[in-house]
Amino acid sequence: MEITIELLVFLVFALLTLAGGLGVVLARNLFRAALLLLLSLFGVAGLFVLLAAPFLAAVQVLIYMGGITILIIFAVMLTRGMVRARNVFSEQWDLAAIVSLAFLALVVYLLWQLQQGSSAALFAAPPPEGGLENPIAALGAALVDPAQYMLPFEVASVLLAGALIGAIYIARDDEVE
Amino acid sequence: MLRDALIQAGMNAGLATFLDILGGVLVAATFGMAWVLFGIWIERKVAARIQNRVGPNRVGPYGLIQNFADALKLLIKEVIVPRNADRPVYFLAPVLMVVSVILIAAVIPFSSVVIGTDLNIGLLYVLAVGSLGTLAVLMAGWGSNNKYALLGAFRAVAQLISYEVPMVLALLIPVMLAGSLSMQDLVRSQHVWFLFVAPIAAVLFLIAAHAENGRAPFDLLEAESELIAGYNIEYSGMAFAMFYLAEFMHAFFVAIVFSVLFLGGWRGPGAETYPILGMFYLGIKSMVVYFVTVWLRLTVPRVRIDHLLALNWKIMVPLALANVILTAFLFKLVPTPDYSAARAIAEGEFTGVASGLYRLLGPEFVAMLPLAGVLLVGNIALLVAAAALLRWLARRRRQEVEALVDETEYAPGVAAAE
Repeated sequence: MEITIELLVFLVFALLTLAGGLGVVLARNLFRAALLLLLSLFGVAGLFVLLAAPFLAAVQVLIYMGGITILIIFAVMLTRGMVRARNVFSEQWDLAAIVSLAFLALVVYLLWQLQQGSSAALFAAPPPEGGLENPIAALGAALVDPAQYMLPFEVASVLLAGALIGAIYIARDDEVE
Repeated sequence: MLRDALIQAGMNAGLATFLDILGGVLVAATFGMAWVLFGIWIERKVAARIQNRVGPNRVGPYGLIQNFADALKLLIKEVIVPRNADRPVYFLAPVLMVVSVILIAAVIPFSSVVIGTDLNIGLLYVLAVGSLGTLAVLMAGWGSNNKYALLGAFRAVAQLISYEVPMVLALLIPVMLAGSLSMQDLVRSQHVWFLFVAPIAAVLFLIAAHAENGRAPFDLLEAESELIAGYNIEYSGMAFAMFYLAEFMHAFFVAIVFSVLFLGGWRGPGAETYPILGMFYLGIKSMVVYFVTVWLRLTVPRVRIDHLLALNWKIMVPLALANVILTAFLFKLVPTPDYSAARAIAEGEFTGVASGLYRLLGPEFVAMLPLAGVLLVGNIALLVAAAALLRWLARRRRQEVEALVDETEYAPGVAAAE
């Protein structure tokens, strides 16, 4: 296998992602675990850049690193007794093991299929028209095109609106008539 | 340039490219820092004049060297680390803070040719990188192992996260007008400055960016006349100086980004043909904006925390949302400016007043005028409507309060008369 710069960069980001993920699981300090999650997400953002999807990478940094992780850290800091976790193993470790093994099996199966060439068609879908010159415009058009992703997009919007209303309902003062 | 020279000197092409990029990165990264030394001097001088003082005037001519002396002092000071600090987190926080600001420099178009890298997601990149600063605040608050630092970090993050919302909504407007997220395209499409096309968005962005930076009147993070300090209370020496540096650099970059997005960036007479002029124009524009931010910082009193959040969620976010809807609607309503037709008129035969106008003011400028006019009128109408609504709400609330006061004040008197 030839060693190219892309490969080296890929290895660096893959290592960041995996090491970060491992750190999240093994860290006893929940705050540090959250920071390591950040490292892992950063690695994924780097992988997106390597896949020529800078928009996804920027969104990954903006929403996952800048938004969601901060909310996680907030929750961690406001939770008493979560700072020094005594037990590294979660109480649901058996269930988690089954789920992750199933996912691993799925990924390995897909990769194997790809190697055999039988599901190559699945991965070799043609890029959308004009998608290569202006990926953001193509993405935007795809999201509002009924033939493409409009339905999932609207479903996600409804889900988010529902979550928003639910949050307001829970946070509301009970004394308000 | 550097790459070609190195290749001619007999260097490996890959290595030459690498060195070229490395040089660019170094210049972009040190530019901000070098600027700060000078920028702080300006800020201190302006602050002094506004407060009827003289300002630094001892070290060097007009006190110009003062900041070098201060930087040296901070460098040789001891960094005191709290005993139970989370050391890696504690030391990474100021670094992340500075990095989050320096990274912005990579996509700023200093002139038509001088730009670190013209990403097609440039503006999104600025926002993404800026959001890392929030994280640095949390890390500093946590890593210090001090409950006051942690409380300060909570307050800071509540402010920073809230003001990201109107900022993103305000930035949607220039993106919508330019049809691109690339910083260079944003500059190129400002035949009429976006400040005049979208004044509400410009003001909202300036306020939100100011709050993001945490400077007065939004400096609740480290209100020096009320608290000792905020999240950075346990930092000293150079570690503290890095927070300080990040804040000043951020203020300066906000001014540059504002000039790029709303004041036409490097555009100006002759900037296309002589790129060096573009840098000059951008410098002047951002200095004007920077002066305005310093001016605001020194004259507007600090807002209270509940006012701060109410201003954001009750006024700025709804206004920004209404602005996005209105701009999108008007933008679709007005036919897109036909730049090629305008250019043809300007280059064609001289026929009268119209073609003279096109030549004098530039064809793109004239072609964009109708759109700009409609949007400007729309913006003003929205502002008037919002002001009227606010006034009505405030009046109603005052009447409620006055009614309440009437009942409680006069009730005892009535009882005594009986």
